[in-house]
Amino acid sequence: MTGGLFADEFRVDAPTPREVMRRRARRHLGFLTGTGFVLAVVLLAVFAPWVSPSDPFAQNLDARLLDPIWGKGGSWDHPLGTDSLGRDYLTRILFGARISLLIGFGAAVISGVVGSTVGIVGGYFGGRVDAVVMYLINVKLALPGILIALSLVSVFGGSLIALIAILGFLFWDRFAVVTRSVTQQVRGQEFVAAAEAVGASHTRIVVQEILPNVMSHIIVIASLEMAIAILVEAVLSFLGLGIQPPTPSWGLLISEGRSFMFFKPWLIALPGLALFFLVIAINLMGDGIRDITVPEGRGR
Amino acid sequence: MIADSVLRVRDLSVEIALPSGTLHAVSNVDLEAMRGETLAIVGESGCGKTMTALAAMRLLPRRARLAAREISLSGTDLRALSDKAFSAIRGNRMSMIFQDPMTSLNPVYPIGDQLEEIHMRHRRAGRRRARERAEYLLDRVGIVNPRARLGQFPHQLSGGLRQRVMIAMALMCDPALIVADEPTTALDVTVQAQVLRLLKDLQAEFNMALILISHDLGVVARIADRIAVMYAGRVVETGSSGQIFGAPTHPYTRGLIDCIPYPGKTARRTRLGSIPGIVPSMIGDSRGCMFRNRCGWAEDRCRTDGNAERRIEEGHSYRCIHPVGHLQGAAS
Amino acid sequence: MGRFFVQRLGVALLVAITVSIIGFALLRVSGDLAADLAGEDATPREVAEIAALYGLDKPLHEQYLDWAANALGGDLGQSLFTNEPVMDLILERVGVTILLSLYSLVLALAIAIPLGVLAAIRANTAVDRAALGVAVFGQAIPNFWFGLILIYLFGVVLRWLPISGSTSFAHFVLPTVALGTAVMPALMRLTRTGMLEVLEADFVRTARAKGLSPGAVFFKHALRNAILPVVSLAAVSLGFLLGGSVIVETVFALNGIGLLAYESILRSDFPVVQSILVFVSLAYIVLTLASDLINARLDPRIRLG
Repeated sequence: MTGGLFADEFRVDAPTPREVMRRRARRHLGFLTGTGFVLAVVLLAVFAPWVSPSDPFAQNLDARLLDPIWGKGGSWDHPLGTDSLGRDYLTRILFGARISLLIGFGAAVISGVVGSTVGIVGGYFGGRVDAVVMYLINVKLALPGILIALSLVSVFGGSLIALIAILGFLFWDRFAVVTRSVTQQVRGQEFVAAAEAVGASHTRIVVQEILPNVMSHIIVIASLEMAIAILVEAVLSFLGLGIQPPTPSWGLLISEGRSFMFFKPWLIALPGLALFFLVIAINLMGDGIRDITVPEGRGR
Repeated sequence: MIADSVLRVRDLSVEIALPSGTLHAVSNVDLEAMRGETLAIVGESGCGKTMTALAAMRLLPRRARLAAREISLSGTDLRALSDKAFSAIRGNRMSMIFQDPMTSLNPVYPIGDQLEEIHMRHRRAGRRRARERAEYLLDRVGIVNPRARLGQFPHQLSGGLRQRVMIAMALMCDPALIVADEPTTALDVTVQAQVLRLLKDLQAEFNMALILISHDLGVVARIADRIAVMYAGRVVETGSSGQIFGAPTHPYTRGLIDCIPYPGKTARRTRLGSIPGIVPSMIGDSRGCMFRNRCGWAEDRCRTDGNAERRIEEGHSYRCIHPVGHLQGAAS
Repeated sequence: MGRFFVQRLGVALLVAITVSIIGFALLRVSGDLAADLAGEDATPREVAEIAALYGLDKPLHEQYLDWAANALGGDLGQSLFTNEPVMDLILERVGVTILLSLYSLVLALAIAIPLGVLAAIRANTAVDRAALGVAVFGQAIPNFWFGLILIYLFGVVLRWLPISGSTSFAHFVLPTVALGTAVMPALMRLTRTGMLEVLEADFVRTARAKGLSPGAVFFKHALRNAILPVVSLAAVSLGFLLGGSVIVETVFALNGIGLLAYESILRSDFPVVQSILVFVSLAYIVLTLASDLINARLDPRIRLG
């Protein structure tokens, strides 16, 4: 006897996890604005040569330090004015987005691969392997990131590739810490033991059981690290050790505008705001992904 | 009798708004706890027994909404009190003992401090008086060398000792009512009986009302004077211990009793009863008898009017249109 | 508890040695030290003589051991630029950096803890969202740019505060705001999540069941537990601030070791850079150890085992 007349009455059709996520994403204002803004910046950066009003390197010494459209004497020829060499500022900011995004994305991918590998290996194998991993993480945490980055960049130069590599190999620790602990949790669960009992190889268990569980964490951290890499690149370029002129990078624009900031404050305000909003948007996107992917009942 | 009524709850409902709908955690519950009496609330986890107690103590989670026609303590209408006035009653005239003594004590303060603060708050007494009281009560709940224990931290005590500390805490201000929510569930089996015995003795000695919440009818049988059986947010049957065990009327009560093993009585190879099926979701519509999907006697009418209360005799009532047992057919 | 700390100490020592090796390696990959020391128009013979003089012709591990032995004795070598002992250079300037870091940490905590507690108590309300907004702002704003904006607003437009130098307390106000803003969000979020978690804890329900006042429930029972991880993070943040002050010191021309490191990097004065690097790392290691000790003091479960 399994119940009587109404045995099936109370069954509820629960939505699938994917549906739940989609529904949450559609309602998450922060996620929507963040993602929208990031996408817009990506499109503008990709199509910078077509959408920008002029050439980022074209100097015009007759039209130096022109005010933006809202200042006096501003005109639509240079909506955001010009810099000290008469280059169109809007164009330079648009092209600067390319540098920020490339470095942010490249560094996040490298640090994600390095950090997650280290973390998963440590969390999965435990014991001595894990002790070594913890030691590596501790060494990394003890090193002052900015100082190391500055030193390395001064030795290896500020090319795009060098910057991506240096930032990528500097900021892997958060990935390692988080993937390690998530892997430890997943490792202790029954389905992993079951897979092991059936004789699955380590690679197979990691790829099929562990990775799907850590992936959402990796994506969230990647967005965070992308924002951090973008900020650090700006710092390095601002300090004159990152991207070299005349290439437009937002940090470099701020550094170039610094000598004029007291009477032309928009020279530092505009690229700074661009940086600020891009980083906020990436953070909102990351926070949003976390909110959307956490299991029900666990708040932000 | 009215004079002896300590806690009276009439028509209590608790709803919790969830993303997937409204959860009817407690529906139209009536309860009365008398001075010098033990009232047991019995049901499986999630049936609303803890929510009922938290509602009476005004300790519900923030998202929960409460409605009741009456919640009164010794004649005082608790619903009318401000939060501030209510907190002067909690821990003072009514106190609560929680399920898990491992997590219910603050890990960073010595237990003496956690006992004394209750007395200092409600009695406006100095620390010396509070300390004397704490020491006396630790001794009363059977803790050896109470003075030394006062300076210890929770993690230095065993689970049984911690639950004794919780009981001492509840007694600090001589309450009229103690609500004990599964007080022995988290303890070792050997300790369970001692703690239960202790509760019963203290209840008689201090002449309090005790509400004992349990999922285990077998545990309750030993110390309860009255029993309320809850299922899916409702009290489905209530009566004295003798009435419930002597003449179980609701099919669910009957099922619960069949689940209790009796050492020496239950023959070796008898299969213990179990109730088939699962507890229904309490989200959304909650009309009709919620037990109907697991009930062998269910019929169409159960969907609509299975909830009306019927009375068998003074103090014994149930909600079912198909009472079981010797009374079958005799009910109105 | 004793064993736990011996173990921690062991790891810290190992990490410290590794960090010093990394610092040393950085000095060596930075170029030919002997050639730098000898000057630009030295002949190869002169370079070789210099190398022999400073022991730069020995195998690398011997060079490291020599360097480490000297460093332990307080001799960090000489600046390639000023020829002064590196130790003197650092000691002269480290006070400014320590002050700046401490001010920044105090400011960050003074904002983070009340804001985090408030956000947790009023979770999912406008107050909570506003607090979260402040955190998002602090996290996203580029430190160096924020410094420039502060200089422009308070030093140029309003003329309230000095914009560079380190001679008085007023000189520290703007740098402290710029640097404090960087570490505040993490502390705030940790306070908030810690508080939220603790507010759900059984012992907080017990505290409410005892009829304690909301103040006693929140501050005596909840915050005391929620604050434990924040204390750890604060200690770690101080380590981070010591290393992260380079940007703010540069923007505000504050004469600390951050600015010294930056200037030394620009003129390839690697003995100085290396020493600062190792110094900051060691400070971080010591601070994390200290945070373990503080936590043990605050948490009877660790203290009494």
